[in-house]
Amino acid sequence: MHFFYKLGLGLWVALMSVTGHAGYAFNLPEPVTPIARETLHMHNLVMVVILFLFFAVFAMLIYSFYTHRKAVGHKAATFTGPTNRKQWLWALSPFALLFVIDYGVFGIPAYHAVVLYEDTKTDADLVVKVTGSQWMWQYDFPSEGVSYTSRLVTPRDQIDSGAAKGAHYLLEVDNPLVLPVGKKVRFITTSNDVIHSWWVPAFGVKRDAVPGFLREFWATVEKTGTYRGQCSELCGKEHGFMPVVVNVVSQQEFAAWLVSKKQAAAAAAAPVETPVATPAPAAAQAEPAPAKAVVVAKSVAQ
Amino acid sequence: MAHDMTHGLPVADAHGGHYNGGWIRWLETTNHKDIGIMYLIFGFVMLFVGGGMILTVRLELFQPGLQFVQPELFNQLITLHGLVMVFGFAMPAATGLANYMLPLMIGAPDMALPRLNNWGFWILPPAAIMLTLPFFLGLMGVGPGAVDTGWTLYAPLSIQSGWGMDFAIFAVHMLGVSSILGSINVIVTILNMRAPGMTLMKMPLFAHGFLMTAVLLITIMPVFAGGVTMVLMDRHFDTHFFNAAGGGDPVLWQHIFWFMGHPEVYVLLLPIAGALPHVFSAFARKPIYGYKAQVYSFWAIAGLGLVVWAHHMFTSGMSFGSQIYFMYITMAISFPLAVLFFCWIATIWKGSMSFETPMLFALGSLVLFGWGGVTGLALSDAAADPQYHNAYFMVAHFHYAFYPTAVMGAMAAVYYWLPKWTGHMLNESIGKVHFWLTIIGFNLTFIPQFFVGLAGMPRRIPDYPVMFAEWNMLSSIGAFILGTAHLVFVYNVIKNIRGGEKAQDKAWEGAEGLEWTVPSPAPYHTFETPPVIK
Repeated sequence: MHFFYKLGLGLWVALMSVTGHAGYAFNLPEPVTPIARETLHMHNLVMVVILFLFFAVFAMLIYSFYTHRKAVGHKAATFTGPTNRKQWLWALSPFALLFVIDYGVFGIPAYHAVVLYEDTKTDADLVVKVTGSQWMWQYDFPSEGVSYTSRLVTPRDQIDSGAAKGAHYLLEVDNPLVLPVGKKVRFITTSNDVIHSWWVPAFGVKRDAVPGFLREFWATVEKTGTYRGQCSELCGKEHGFMPVVVNVVSQQEFAAWLVSKKQAAAAAAAPVETPVATPAPAAAQAEPAPAKAVVVAKSVAQ
Repeated sequence: MAHDMTHGLPVADAHGGHYNGGWIRWLETTNHKDIGIMYLIFGFVMLFVGGGMILTVRLELFQPGLQFVQPELFNQLITLHGLVMVFGFAMPAATGLANYMLPLMIGAPDMALPRLNNWGFWILPPAAIMLTLPFFLGLMGVGPGAVDTGWTLYAPLSIQSGWGMDFAIFAVHMLGVSSILGSINVIVTILNMRAPGMTLMKMPLFAHGFLMTAVLLITIMPVFAGGVTMVLMDRHFDTHFFNAAGGGDPVLWQHIFWFMGHPEVYVLLLPIAGALPHVFSAFARKPIYGYKAQVYSFWAIAGLGLVVWAHHMFTSGMSFGSQIYFMYITMAISFPLAVLFFCWIATIWKGSMSFETPMLFALGSLVLFGWGGVTGLALSDAAADPQYHNAYFMVAHFHYAFYPTAVMGAMAAVYYWLPKWTGHMLNESIGKVHFWLTIIGFNLTFIPQFFVGLAGMPRRIPDYPVMFAEWNMLSSIGAFILGTAHLVFVYNVIKNIRGGEKAQDKAWEGAEGLEWTVPSPAPYHTFETPPVIK
């Protein structure tokens, strides 16, 4: 059984790599978080088992089509159900096997995967608030007082009038989310208008942004790089045009990026806050600003 | 005309050929065969409406960039495709089969409530117009267009949407009333009008399948009607059922919708799951295997189907316990479904098979629905589900569940009983062309969608990153082949109505059941004196 699993997995991986080179993506992307790795493992396991089941039964059917047909003079049997102990055993054994597959082979690792997926309450190194709105993402680092929006920058002529499309067509934004590598990031997500859904396939996480409610998920990205995804809950006209881009960088680069963001925000916020008589205490400044104000601050900064 | 006026009362009477043509006959008829045919025609017309819409979508998705359809129109097309196919095609087509065949199969002279039957049908065309009218008005530049929220109508998007949404809400109300009336009729007919001696456990499996469908519909449609009414209230009467600012919850809508939406899957499946065993048995020339097991599986599927709805909501944010429950209970559905597959395979096993068109479609349905079923196991995993959910992997999965059953299964049933309806045998060579075009077109459409979904393509997007281009092009080519296959089907059916080899009363060598004891084509009134079942 284990041998067949290895064999199936080998064939599956071989097929993936061949078609991967041909430009036909075939399977989930390379995982870069513990959840994505767990998910890919579950996915491969399930695929190998169900492909085996499907083709085993299909092969039985093909055999039956060739041997049990009128054209070769096969006489029809008349049985309508199991009649003796042996036949009952034969009839029930597939269901015993199915039980083991469902609740053992799939069910046990799936349980652990859900435990992992929902592990949002243990200490995180960083909290990021992701707010969906029609049609952009807003990222807040509440403890750092950094907040900005992230929108599609693909030029309209590439979308509408057939201009040559760039390599990251529809997957490029003005301000990507920046995260440190190897740190547990706790995401809190909500929405300003309708339901959106934040998805980066390489992270293995997707969670709906529900207006008026907070949802949580987490990711520890283990590899630096740029990761891309898209909104995956229909949110109106521009649903196909609100991508997610995440730059995962080293701890030092992340710290430097945060400082630059804070300086830009402070520079932008300073003239706005001048008319206020009493300077806001530091703690209040750390709280995320309302979305509209952030948009204004952003455009001033640019 | 005077003749019609005096005798055209909508009552089931014994004077065959009473109505002398004209459209009034179709408006007033209470005959189950007339109504069954009207349901079938309506269903297949809607199949072409929904198919035309999705072919426009596939045309747009043929390559990256926006070429033919702007996002606003795209969202209307995908939404109407879903609603039209589920409520306009699949349910009416199955109800048509039930209307025509149930009385014939259980030895009843007609449905129990003929006037209700007439009413149930004639609600449908206005409902279909209600649903699609804003779309066509929108094309002509009037109004904001049809409902554009996806067939799931998720709040708050459905609160925000234009007045096409209000039309859709009223259409859903009318479709719901029609389904409930039809379901009441089926239940009353089955419970009261079986031929003497036909106990429930001697009843044909098709009747059992449809009985469960009717029970499910009566359970879920009122809930759905209540839900869309809440959306209507939120839109126009300042309630806040789905608005957190007023103490509501958008996710509440998802629970209401999927409490209807998931059993709906089995509403579409069970009539076909009841029809397929008859086809397998007839063309394997062997009695149905595991009759009782299949009946109990229908009940188990219906029962479990009512308690698994939130597996559509694993990304909506649920407690750990809920996720585990909905994952494990969803896996449990694989058991009654596996019983059905086991029984169907055991029915043809060691039979004396021949491969006429109905058998080809039934076998195609078995194999392809099998793949739809096992991919469902992948989606049931609550932690892996986010990678599939709302991506093309899921789209491909549910099309492998719907198309082989609601479409190919319905075609298997239509081809199987067509000689009884028209009195003519099928043209086998056209039937085979139809079958193979369907198989090639369907797989070419949806296999690429599994891959493009795993690669990360979300559903319901009018334009996509260039890395998804190859698979989408293949999928679009497949979709147009599949569309062509449906034209072959229509040609074949019309040709069969016009003429063909004369069908015997028992049109197929291995066919069993009361419907094959009446002449082909079936006379206007059948079983005026009930047959006796030993």
